[in-house]
Amino acid sequence: MITVENLTKTFAGPTGPVRALDDVTLEVAAGTVCGVVGPSGAGKSTLARCIPLLERPDSGAVRVDGTDLVALRGAALRDERRRIGVVPQGDSLLRQRSVAGNVALPLEAAGAARAERAGRVAELLELVGLADKANAYPDQLSGGQRQRVAIARALAARPRVLLADEPTSALDPTTTESVLDLLERARAELGVTVLVVTHDMAVVRRICSTVAVLDHGRVVEHGSVLDLVTRPGSRTAAALLPATDDAARHASGHAVVADVVLTGEAAAGPLLTETATRHGAELALLGGGFTDLAGVPVARFRVGLDGTGAEAAVAALADAGAAVERVRAPEVLA
Amino acid sequence: MTVDVLAQSAREPTPWGEVVELLVPATGETLYMVGVSTVLAAVFGIPLGVLLHLTAPGGLHPRPTVHRLLGAIVDLGRAMPFIVLLVLLLSVTRFLIGSTIGPTAAIVPLAVGAVPFVGRLVQNVLAEVHVAVVEAAVTTGASTFKIVRSVLLRESVPALIGAIGVTAIALVGYSAMAGVVGGGGLGDVAVRIGYQRFDGRVLWATVLVLAALTSLIQLGFSFAARRLDRRRHATA
Repeated sequence: MITVENLTKTFAGPTGPVRALDDVTLEVAAGTVCGVVGPSGAGKSTLARCIPLLERPDSGAVRVDGTDLVALRGAALRDERRRIGVVPQGDSLLRQRSVAGNVALPLEAAGAARAERAGRVAELLELVGLADKANAYPDQLSGGQRQRVAIARALAARPRVLLADEPTSALDPTTTESVLDLLERARAELGVTVLVVTHDMAVVRRICSTVAVLDHGRVVEHGSVLDLVTRPGSRTAAALLPATDDAARHASGHAVVADVVLTGEAAAGPLLTETATRHGAELALLGGGFTDLAGVPVARFRVGLDGTGAEAAVAALADAGAAVERVRAPEVLA
Repeated sequence: MTVDVLAQSAREPTPWGEVVELLVPATGETLYMVGVSTVLAAVFGIPLGVLLHLTAPGGLHPRPTVHRLLGAIVDLGRAMPFIVLLVLLLSVTRFLIGSTIGPTAAIVPLAVGAVPFVGRLVQNVLAEVHVAVVEAAVTTGASTFKIVRSVLLRESVPALIGAIGVTAIALVGYSAMAGVVGGGGLGDVAVRIGYQRFDGRVLWATVLVLAALTSLIQLGFSFAARRLDRRRHATA
C-alpha cells in the first residue's frame, strides 16, 4: 500500500551536505502497521515528511496505492494528500478552533457539505472516545486527548494510509497505551495501513507487524518483526527480546549454551523442557524471558544443556521451529 | 497683529467653554481620520502581510524575487517621513477625493502610510503560527487560500487585532500632521492654538484628550483580542 523506492534527500549542513535519506526502500502491505525506528538523526522524521511530500525528496518515488506522489504537483498532489492521514510530530491542533472544528478541517479541505462534516466528525470523536469534548478547545485538553484529536483529524477524510510521526513521544505510559490502542483499532476496524515513526521500541512491540530500522539515512533492517527477532544478531531482536547476556556469568560449566527464540504457541508451551527430556539432556535456564510482539507471544531463553543428549536436543529444537544460536562465552571455552 | 495683542492673548487663556467647543469637533475629526484610515490600512495591509509571509524563504510559496521586491517597497514606505508622503501624494489625493484639503483628503496619505506598517506587523504575526499546525493543514490537501483563511489568519486573530490596535494608535499620532492639508483634528488644535498662540490650556487639554483617546483605543483592542482568543482559559 505504501512503497518507498530509492528515496534520497540531502540537506545543506553547517559542514557540507548531510544525506538524511540514502537510497531508502521499504514497503508496507495493506492493512498492516509498520514501525520506522532508529537512533536520533537516522532520518526517521525526514522519511515521515517525505511521504506526504512536506519535504520534496531529491530522487526516488513514494507510491501510495500505486500513485507516485513525487511526480505530482499542485491540485493533483493536494488530491492525493487527502488519501493520506498524517499525525504530525508535536502539537499540531488549531488552538483557535474547537475539537470538532479541528477534526472537520480535512473535510472542509475536501469540500464536504456541512451536514456530512457534522456526521463524520461525530463518528470520529466517538471512535477516539472524545464525543463529550466536541466543543472544547485544545488548550482545555490533556496531551493524550490532543493526540487522539490529531488522530481523529488524520482519519477524517477516510484515508487508506495513516502516517504517525512520534505519536507517543510526549506522553506518559498509560496515555501511550491508549494512543497505540487507537492506531491498532484504525488498522483493525477501518483497514487503514499505518506507518509509525518512533524512537520507542515499546511502540513496535505493541502494534507493529513489520519494522524498518534506519541508521545514517539507510535502511539496515526491514521485514516482519517475527522474522527479524529470530535472525541472529538482528538489531530488532536485540531491542525487542528479553535480554540474555546479563546471564553470561552463569554459563560456565555447561556442555552447550545457546539462545533459543520461540514464537507463537511454542513460546508458551512446554517445548523446551519436553525436548530436553525426550533426548535425555539436562536443561538449565540461564536467563531471558517472555514478551509479546503485536499480540504474538515470543520468548527468548539462554539455556545450558548437559548430558549425552545435549547436541541432539539442540538439533531437535531447531527442527521444531525455534531459532537457536549457540553462545560461545569465554567461560564455556575455558 | 501687534506685539501687544500677541502678549495679551498669551496671558489670557481661552475660556474653558471655548476649549470644549474647540476640542469636541476636533476629536470627531481625529476619530474619523483614524477610523477610516485604520480600516483601509487593514484591508490592504493584511493581504500584503499574507503575501510577504507566503513568498518568504521557507513559506508556503517561496518566491525570493517577489518577496525581496515587496520587502523593498514596504521598507521604502515605512522609511518615508509622513509629512513628505503627505505632500508626495497630493496629486493622488486630488484624483481620488477630488480635493486636497479637509479630513477626507488627509485619510489618503494616512492609509497609504499605514499599509506597509500593517504589512510588516501581519507578516510577523503570521510567522508565529507554529509550523506543525500549518503542515498539518497542508497534509489534509487544503488549498493555499484555505490555509491562509482557516489556519494562518484564524489562528492569529488575537495577535492581528493587537497589530491593528497598534496601527490605530500610530495613526492618531500621524493624524496630528493632517492640519497641513486642513484636515483638522486634535493635533491640529494643539499646534495651531496651543503652540502657535501660546495657549497652554488648550495645548494641555488637547494632550489629555489625545492620551485618553489612545488609552481607550488600546483598551478596546486588548479587550477584543482577549474575548476572541480561544487559548488557555477560554470557555466552550
